[in-house]
Amino acid sequence: MPAAEAAHVTHEHHDEPAKGIARWLFATNHKDIGTMYLVFSLIMFFVGGAMAMVIRAELFKPGLQLVQPEFFNQMTTNHALIMIFGAVMPAFVGLANWMIPLQIGAPDMALPRMNNFSFWILPFAFTLLLSTLFVPGGAAAGGWTLYPPLSLQTGDAFPMLIFAIHMLGASSIMGAINVIVTIMNMRAPGMNLLKMPLFCWSWLITAYLLIAVMPVLAGAVTMLLTDHYFGTSFFNAAGGGDPVMFEHIFWFFGHPEVYIMILPAFGIISEIVPTFSRKPLFGATSMIYATASIAFLSFIVWGHHMFVDGMPLAAQLFYMMSTMLIAVPTGVKVFNWTATMWKGSISFEPPMLFALSFLFLFTIGGFSGVMLAIVPIDFQYNQTYFVVAHFHYVLVPGAVFAIMASVYYWLPKWTGHMYNMALAKWHFWLSTIFVNVLFFPQHFLGLAGMPRRIPDYAVQFTDWNMVSSIGAFGFGLSQILFVIVILQCARGGAKASALVWDGARPTGLEWTLPSPAPYHSFTTAPNVE
Amino acid sequence: MTVINGDGAQGISRPRGRSTGVAQCAAALGIAVDASANTSNGYNLPTGVTEISREMYALHMEVFWICVGIAVVVFGAMIYSLVKFRKSQGAIADTTMLHSTKVEIIWTTIPVLILIVMAVPAAEMILKIEDSRNAGLSIRATGYQWKWEYQYMDAADGIDLYSTLARPSNFARELHSGIDPNTVDNYLLEVDKPLVVPSGTKVRLLLTSQDVIHAWWVPDFGAKRSAIPGYINELWFKVDPGKEGTYRGQCAALCGRDHAFMPIVVQVVTPDDFKKWVADQKAQLKQPAAAGQDSGTAPPTTAQVLPR
Repeated sequence: MPAAEAAHVTHEHHDEPAKGIARWLFATNHKDIGTMYLVFSLIMFFVGGAMAMVIRAELFKPGLQLVQPEFFNQMTTNHALIMIFGAVMPAFVGLANWMIPLQIGAPDMALPRMNNFSFWILPFAFTLLLSTLFVPGGAAAGGWTLYPPLSLQTGDAFPMLIFAIHMLGASSIMGAINVIVTIMNMRAPGMNLLKMPLFCWSWLITAYLLIAVMPVLAGAVTMLLTDHYFGTSFFNAAGGGDPVMFEHIFWFFGHPEVYIMILPAFGIISEIVPTFSRKPLFGATSMIYATASIAFLSFIVWGHHMFVDGMPLAAQLFYMMSTMLIAVPTGVKVFNWTATMWKGSISFEPPMLFALSFLFLFTIGGFSGVMLAIVPIDFQYNQTYFVVAHFHYVLVPGAVFAIMASVYYWLPKWTGHMYNMALAKWHFWLSTIFVNVLFFPQHFLGLAGMPRRIPDYAVQFTDWNMVSSIGAFGFGLSQILFVIVILQCARGGAKASALVWDGARPTGLEWTLPSPAPYHSFTTAPNVE
Repeated sequence: MTVINGDGAQGISRPRGRSTGVAQCAAALGIAVDASANTSNGYNLPTGVTEISREMYALHMEVFWICVGIAVVVFGAMIYSLVKFRKSQGAIADTTMLHSTKVEIIWTTIPVLILIVMAVPAAEMILKIEDSRNAGLSIRATGYQWKWEYQYMDAADGIDLYSTLARPSNFARELHSGIDPNTVDNYLLEVDKPLVVPSGTKVRLLLTSQDVIHAWWVPDFGAKRSAIPGYINELWFKVDPGKEGTYRGQCAALCGRDHAFMPIVVQVVTPDDFKKWVADQKAQLKQPAAAGQDSGTAPPTTAQVLPR
């Protein structure tokens, strides 16, 4: 059939990427879109990081030296929004785009045009969000949790913020739909779900979490919008509404959101630790069940964010126990990773170093998490720097280090070049040391009584704040090395083999492809025995 | 590392006279102010001065040491693996080790048991904390952007005071104020009019807010609760007799621009001194004409304000 042949020829022609900006604007290739997500996330990591530097610089000494309190509050609020929605989540979506088709033997994501749309929403959403810094009244300053009535005091930024959140939510939902459809329909013959790599598994579960909770956030912020502009009183006590109801709705989104940011990280660690231990993952099936249990529990623990807001006795007990229960499947994961290393043959390439740092430091974040779950002592910890230390331990040496580990793991597969191992190791050591200098003293500050979200503090908190700020500047500067390593690797370097980590012989379909992975991979589905 | 340790240590490091607003106010009222206390050592929870705060501290330390114990075992196993099973040391991987139902059951069960050990005393404490019955004194505390109002009830009914950041702190905290916070007594932790309560008495706060959500927190009492518009939250504390003094805390819920600048200062006095204070306050309420001294809580009358 000549028509079919002609179509075939055109298809062949498209094996090469389009020239110039069109390649990126009209991208439907999962690798191009994955790259854009990852680059965007890296840029946002530095934007959010710059805000963190303002925060830590102001907190270096007691007294206000640099910024007014309202600007400080804008920094804390937008630092959180940007790091969560702009840095961590897009990085995981970028990794999903790049790796899920390669790991399940699919030619691309199932819905490439929606894939393009879900990425290109992001630059507009964040332009809108960042532009609020320049409108009358300044950016949102009521905390990323947007609790009313405080968030309703936001100036002109308010509708812009809410529209930006709606856009981000739409983007996340589209990304999640794409992941689910791809995994459910495009696995290579023979790859049943239990044979699927753990990274794909953790993303499948994460995608369901996203679809379940992003609409809840959209609903919550829409109610804020109508309270502000259309005279409703969902959360306005004077109109018969209930400000605490917002907290319930927000944290029904917010707690699964925490796991949206850590489950893909678990998947990544479950790929890297076996590779560099030269041993299959211990208890792979129980890892999947543990991930699913965590996802389920994440829906029934949200009240632990609100213990000090006053809650019926039964609710306090329920949320305490359900939250503590999360420690069990999380513990199973940590034990399984440890057992994977046990009797292994371990080497210390940069991805493994970051994964090991994750194991130790995420576990510290887990310990403080258990402490925070216990209601009577949560009354002392809640809203202090102890909480700040806790969630930064799970998000920075947790989620962010897992992202860095995955970049160092798969970068040669993406670019076809090995990167500068020595520089990457410098990046690792500086990051690991400074992240602890930055966040560990914050435990002390919180216990000693320093509330979070304050631009100025009583003089007895001076010393640990100085230490923390020095750690912050060191950590921020160390990330420049990350950019240098990536740029060098994108430009050139020693040729990477198909396996990349020849000594470790990683398993998985992505390693059956040459490095760099061809623009269109698995046009014929591989057979998985 | 020298962490300045609340009021006591500041007194040592800076041998200045106690010229704080509270002390002056109290001295004017003829109340002996004990050395005020913050029992935190600068890196851990305070043991505090109430039964609840001591129990919180004990539970905190118990949970902390359990975590340390688990960390020693888990991190120990990790470090052992990293040292013992290094490829550079010629370790050969045992690729047959895929899973073991037995150990997986063990390391699921043990954490559950440990959690129960932590949850039982916690549940008992929650019951105690939530039991705000039989209070000896009730005070309605209302949060505003950015101050607290205390309206006394029961025997002290009628006393109503607004508690705002003390003026020296308020000047020093301005951007480019040029004032070193270290030279200000109790920087950011001093108010013009503290909450005065008796020791040895169960004091119940009824917390609410007139604008946004605030949270009332004094670490030494182990007492923190949100003040939410449209709600009345209950919180109680009972300071041990003999622990009279000044205790300090801060608003613990982001409440806008000056969230960092609405401290909570509680002056705990003996029940006898409290009775004297109440009588004194009530006398001032009855005799607004005596105002002119600025220590009174009653607002000036129109006659006083208007030019004659």
